[in-house]
Amino acid sequence: MSGQTPSQTVGPYFAYGLAAQQYHYPHGQIVDGEIVGEGADNRIRITGRVLDGRGEPIPDALIEFWQADSEGRYGAEGFGGFGRQGTGTDPNGRFVFDTTKPGATAGSAPFITIVVFMRGLLTHVYTRLYFADEEVANAADPVLATAPAERRRTLIASREKTAGGVQYRFDIHMQGEDETVFFDL
Amino acid sequence: MINAPVSQRDWNSHPPLIHPPYTSTVLRGPTKPLIPLAHGLAESSGPVFGHESVQALDGDMTRNARRNGEPLGERIVVTGRVLDEDGRPVRGTLIEIWQANAAGRYVHKTDQHEAPLDPNFLGAGRCVTNDDGGYKFYTIKPGAYPWGNHFNAWRPNHIHLSLFGNTIASRLVTQMYFPGDPLLALDPIYLGVPEGARERLISRFSIDVTEPDFCLGYVFDIVLRGRRETPFEGGKS
Repeated sequence: MSGQTPSQTVGPYFAYGLAAQQYHYPHGQIVDGEIVGEGADNRIRITGRVLDGRGEPIPDALIEFWQADSEGRYGAEGFGGFGRQGTGTDPNGRFVFDTTKPGATAGSAPFITIVVFMRGLLTHVYTRLYFADEEVANAADPVLATAPAERRRTLIASREKTAGGVQYRFDIHMQGEDETVFFDL
Repeated sequence: MINAPVSQRDWNSHPPLIHPPYTSTVLRGPTKPLIPLAHGLAESSGPVFGHESVQALDGDMTRNARRNGEPLGERIVVTGRVLDEDGRPVRGTLIEIWQANAAGRYVHKTDQHEAPLDPNFLGAGRCVTNDDGGYKFYTIKPGAYPWGNHFNAWRPNHIHLSLFGNTIASRLVTQMYFPGDPLLALDPIYLGVPEGARERLISRFSIDVTEPDFCLGYVFDIVLRGRRETPFEGGKS
């Protein structure tokens, strides 16, 4: 039995290795922010910024989504459920994911697992995105209940209906009054 | 892919979220304790990127970006096994790789270090572990480069590696270093790792892996989280 290989920061120069097409480098990437394609049923867009302890947007974060399909199934045929976006190509420093709203899994409200990497983070962190329009399910969710009541709002994406469809907004605050709840999983 | 829940992240092995000598951590690392999360389906599953994600030259960074010749620098081969904490091979898992060139310059547009780019070297690749958890890639030994963390700060030679393992909880991004590098003792990123675990990040030179008349060989084994044996009870200790 040997010990876990330590984590190290993704650093400032991950783009051509992990998200080459998004950043226009001549190399492929395994996945992008389009978890479901255009025209898919119930496609939603999720955007957000990643903010540092001064409230400044972080332009070199890398965000990954892992989620169930609309029926609440993980790893279902034809649904990868995984996406990746850097915050360095959007003029407002946002990540942008196009996906489908996950279905509820047994005993949980619908949620997306988010993995956060950046320069200045030696070990990646995990959080969860819950949906503002799931008030009843959120109130009964056992993981949300483990977060201090006054911080639960940091895990809930706000919803707006735009001409282009339903959009959710989820800012990730690394620090500060609104510091996002991060999980040790 | 749904798997058995993995063991906890060992905070005696991983760097803390705020490590002031690495100055960027001060405004970016979360300050409040992480909240323990019992593993359900979401944490016991993860994306599957296997052999279909890798093309012929992806594991050879000395060849995957050639334009008019060979890249400059010292050609090396890096090989090793990806195992879990219990010594089981992690099979068919994707490794994504990126690094600076021999002069210590990244292709990344914001790298302003005044060292030459190499038209025949990109410094990005991929490989997938085999049934023994083994992997191998060819590249050019990366150079050291200065960075702005403190006066006269230089990063040791390193290669960035990103792995998935069997679940989203086994996800790992790390850096592989080279034996005998005098910059290691001065590098706040390397020194952010708890002392007892640091050496796991240093590859080992191997004459057996070295290919005669072709390239030096380094061995770097990677250990991901193992299977959880006891019910989850506590959080970060």
